[in-house]
Amino acid sequence: MKELVIISGKGGTGKTSLVASFAALCKNKVLADTDVDAPDLHLILSPKIKHEEAFKGGHKAIIDREKCTECGECQNLCRFEAISEDFVVDDIACEGCGVCVHFCPVEAISFPQRVCGKWFISDTRFGPMVHAQLGIAEENSGLLATLVRNQARVIAQENGLDLILTDGPPGIGCPVIATVAGATAAMIVTEPTVSGRHDLERVYGLTQHFQAPALACINKFDLNEYMTEEIEKFCKAQKIPLVGKIPFDPRVIEAVVNGKTIVEYANGSISKVIAQVWQNTYNFLKSLP
Amino acid sequence: MAISVASGKGGTGKTTIATNLAAVLGKGIGFLDCDVEEPNAHLFLRPNINCSEIVTIPVPDVDLEKCDFCGKCADFCQFNAISVIGENILTFPELCHSCGGCSLICPQKAISERPRELGVLEHGFSGEIEFVHGRLRVGEAMAVPLIERVKKHIDSKKIVIIDAPPGTSCPVIATIKDSDVVVLVTEPTPFGLYDLRLAVGVARILKLPIGVVVNRADLGDEGVFEYCHKEEIPILMTIPFERKVAEDYAKGQLLVKESIWQDRFLALWSKIEGLVK
Repeated sequence: MKELVIISGKGGTGKTSLVASFAALCKNKVLADTDVDAPDLHLILSPKIKHEEAFKGGHKAIIDREKCTECGECQNLCRFEAISEDFVVDDIACEGCGVCVHFCPVEAISFPQRVCGKWFISDTRFGPMVHAQLGIAEENSGLLATLVRNQARVIAQENGLDLILTDGPPGIGCPVIATVAGATAAMIVTEPTVSGRHDLERVYGLTQHFQAPALACINKFDLNEYMTEEIEKFCKAQKIPLVGKIPFDPRVIEAVVNGKTIVEYANGSISKVIAQVWQNTYNFLKSLP
Repeated sequence: MAISVASGKGGTGKTTIATNLAAVLGKGIGFLDCDVEEPNAHLFLRPNINCSEIVTIPVPDVDLEKCDFCGKCADFCQFNAISVIGENILTFPELCHSCGGCSLICPQKAISERPRELGVLEHGFSGEIEFVHGRLRVGEAMAVPLIERVKKHIDSKKIVIIDAPPGTSCPVIATIKDSDVVVLVTEPTPFGLYDLRLAVGVARILKLPIGVVVNRADLGDEGVFEYCHKEEIPILMTIPFERKVAEDYAKGQLLVKESIWQDRFLALWSKIEGLVK
């Protein structure tokens, strides 16, 4: 079983639109969305939820005002400035470390588990999908991304599916690390802008750090041919296979508005280009152990 | 006064709005790029960086002479950053949240702290704009402590424009939580709308005034506009899709070099000021 994760560094380069089209083009796979704080793949794939579960990530401190003697020890020890002057824990600032709970001299602080979001196993018109939604202003997006990937692996094994196709988050931080670590390959979707070029270098560094073979795709390549050449030079120098260049096409946005993948919505050149990108990607995946 | 520019969805135009707003206001403005994972504002504001510092967080350092492998530290740590197996103790500094609990709890006083590098903070000037950003070390997961350090450079007397990371989780919250107003940049697509709702949810939990900028406003549908109308969220600016705007962005050029865009961004600024009052 192989796992292809699609990441970008910079947000808004077209990860989700591309993953949705790959979902339509590829057989025998399970889909995963690890962009757990702003997931969008479900907006195209309209999943029917079969299983829903609460995601418990860590704990939160709660001060019992009846027992509290206002000695101030918790405020002194908390490094996250999470305890107010009138001894109320700020849920948003609380890191869930438990220091205040342990060192409270009168045991006035409880430490219940914190529900940080939900995760789902669903059916889509292109096969099974595992996805999640982090609660608003909650933490532990990395843990939830890992949970989504693990569930996708279980489904792939149970159903004899050969591939996990994962729509990743932007950036290079916690949830991206949780997405890339241990993946068969990471496709980086970039765009020909100074930001796209800059962020490509950093996210490629991340794939190197976690030893995931990288491949690149340049979206909206015709918006700046000079920058596209710069990105091509970078890929060549770093020996990153470039699996395709996709032109700017307003039908990509129209497809999203209509809740369809590009290959379902638009006949003609744009869909052919994407089909070729998928074919090149698939061949690359097949060549990997 | 601090104004955060945030978005939920990535790639909607946060950096475009934040950098052009700072450039049009010019003198005396502070600019913080808190997207420490992928900082981009410097590509547009091109500051002269005149000082750079390494940002660290404290992580446990175990004195094996004193440690008796009782395991209390490992039992305590909520993040599995320290582990005792028989007569061996292992630390996993990249999992450590720097709460200091292990060194407080150790009966033998065997745990002190050493610094671990998260990234760098760079400070400089772009013309008369004071500029600060953080660059997270590649492979590092802990963005929040670096963001907090970048934010410490706010002089609260100044007008400070903050470029936030995408998403709605901890790095975004750490960035926007003390702002006076949050400008949410979106695009009128189902993706833009879904993520806007989440971002509005975050801003409302934090009780921050919000306004929306709709970018590429003519490519998409009515959903974002209907939502803002229903929720009584002011739309501060709409930017239609123009190939020229996209091309200037691609090259790292500011829009406000042209007077028509100066006027538009000054108009945006007066609406933002209105939200704060």
